[in-house]
Amino acid sequence: MIAIFRCVLRRDLVLAFRRRSDVLTTLFFFVIVVSLFPLGVGPEPELLRTMAPGILWVAALLASMLSLGRLFSLDYLDGTLEQMLLAPEPLPVIVLAKAAAHWLVSGLPLVLMSPVLAIQFDLTQTLIEILVLSLLLGTPVLSLIGAIGASLTLGLRGGGVLVSLLVLPLYVPVLIFGAGAVGAESSGLGAQSHLLLLAAMLVFAAVASPWAVAAGLRISVE
Amino acid sequence: MFEADQLACVRGDRPLFESVSFRMEAGAALQVAGVNGSGKTSLLRILCGLSSPADGEIRWKGTSTRSLREEFFSDLLYLGHAPAVKDDLTPVENLMTSAALAGIDADEADARQALERIGLAGCEDLPTKVLSQGQRRRAALARLLLSERIPLWVLDEPFTALDAAAVEQLRGTMEGHLQRGGLLVFTTHQDVPIRAGQFSRLELAR
Repeated sequence: MIAIFRCVLRRDLVLAFRRRSDVLTTLFFFVIVVSLFPLGVGPEPELLRTMAPGILWVAALLASMLSLGRLFSLDYLDGTLEQMLLAPEPLPVIVLAKAAAHWLVSGLPLVLMSPVLAIQFDLTQTLIEILVLSLLLGTPVLSLIGAIGASLTLGLRGGGVLVSLLVLPLYVPVLIFGAGAVGAESSGLGAQSHLLLLAAMLVFAAVASPWAVAAGLRISVE
Repeated sequence: MFEADQLACVRGDRPLFESVSFRMEAGAALQVAGVNGSGKTSLLRILCGLSSPADGEIRWKGTSTRSLREEFFSDLLYLGHAPAVKDDLTPVENLMTSAALAGIDADEADARQALERIGLAGCEDLPTKVLSQGQRRRAALARLLLSERIPLWVLDEPFTALDAAAVEQLRGTMEGHLQRGGLLVFTTHQDVPIRAGQFSRLELAR
C-alpha cells in the first residue's frame, strides 16, 4: 500500500518536472494576480494591510483550481486511469497520492512564494508567519476538495468551467478561516482557533475525500 | 473458473447485447468477435469490472467479481484500446509504473529485459513520444511479459499497429500463457490462429 503510494507520487512528480511550464503557469498566475492589487487599489498602506490576507487567499484558490483539470484528465485519456481502477491496491490510496502530488506541485510553491508577496502589502513579520501557516494548512485541503470536483467532471465537455462551479462553494470555509486567521491575529484575538479549525479541515479532507474521489472516478469512467 | 451469466449491456436507449453467457476453465481462450459497434469493448470492460452490466453476473472461481473486487483485480490483466503509456515517460518508467499498479513485483532489470525481448532495445530511455505507433504499442505490450503469474488476461485488439514479427511474438506469448494454465479473453480483427486447449468464439450480433 505504501509502495503504490510512493510509486504514483513519484510518477506524478516526474511528469510534472518534465512538463515544467504547466507548473510555472500556476505560480506566475498567483504572483501576477496578487501583484495587480496594489497597483489597482493604490498605495495606501492601511487599506492594503487589511486586504492582504483575502487577496492572497483568493489568488491561491484560483491558482490551485487552474491545474485541477489536469489532475485526472491526462490519465483518463491515455488509459492509465483504467489501470488505476483495476489495481489490486485500494483506489483511495492512489487518489491520495495523486492529490499529494498535486499539492506539492501547485500548492507548496504558492506557500513558499507568499511571504515575498506579502511584503508588497506591508504585513508585519508575525502576520506573514500566520499567513504562511494558514496557507500551509489550507492549500492541501484545496487539492483534496478539488480532486472531488475533478473526478466528477472527468470527460465532460466544458469540464473546466463546471469544476469551478462545483468546487468554489466548497472552498468557502477554507477561505474564511484561512484569511480570517491573519485578521484575527492583527485584531489581537489570536489566530490559534482559526488555524486549529483549518487543521481539522485538513484531517477530515485527507480521510474523507479520497473515498469520494474514488467513487467519482468509478462513475466517470463507466 | 471464469464465467459470465446472462450478461446484458445497454448504451443509451439501445441494447447492445443480451444473454451473453460463457464458462472458461484453465488454459481456455475466448475470442470475442463481431462487427464494429457490436459491443466487444463494452463486453470486455464489463468483464473487467470497469462498467457494470445492465443485467447478469460475472463469477471468478465461483464468486461474483463484484464482491471480490481487489482480490479479482490482482488476478486480472486488462489491456484496453488506450495503451496506458505516458508520452513524457520512458518505456522503462512506463513499464515500472504499470507493473506497480498491477501489483507485479518487478525491478528495473526485469523491466529492461522485458523491453529488450519485445524489441525495444535501444529505445528504453527515450521519451515515449518520439517512438512510432507500433513501438508504443510494444511498450504497452511489454507488460504481458511481466504478467506471467496473473491468470486472467483480457486483451482488447492486442494486434493493432504491430508488424508481422511482433504479431507472431505476441501470439507466442499468448499461447505460452495458455499453456501455463492461464485464461485469455481477447478481440481481434486480424486472422491470427491461437492454439489453446479449449478455444471458443463468441459472436456478438447486432
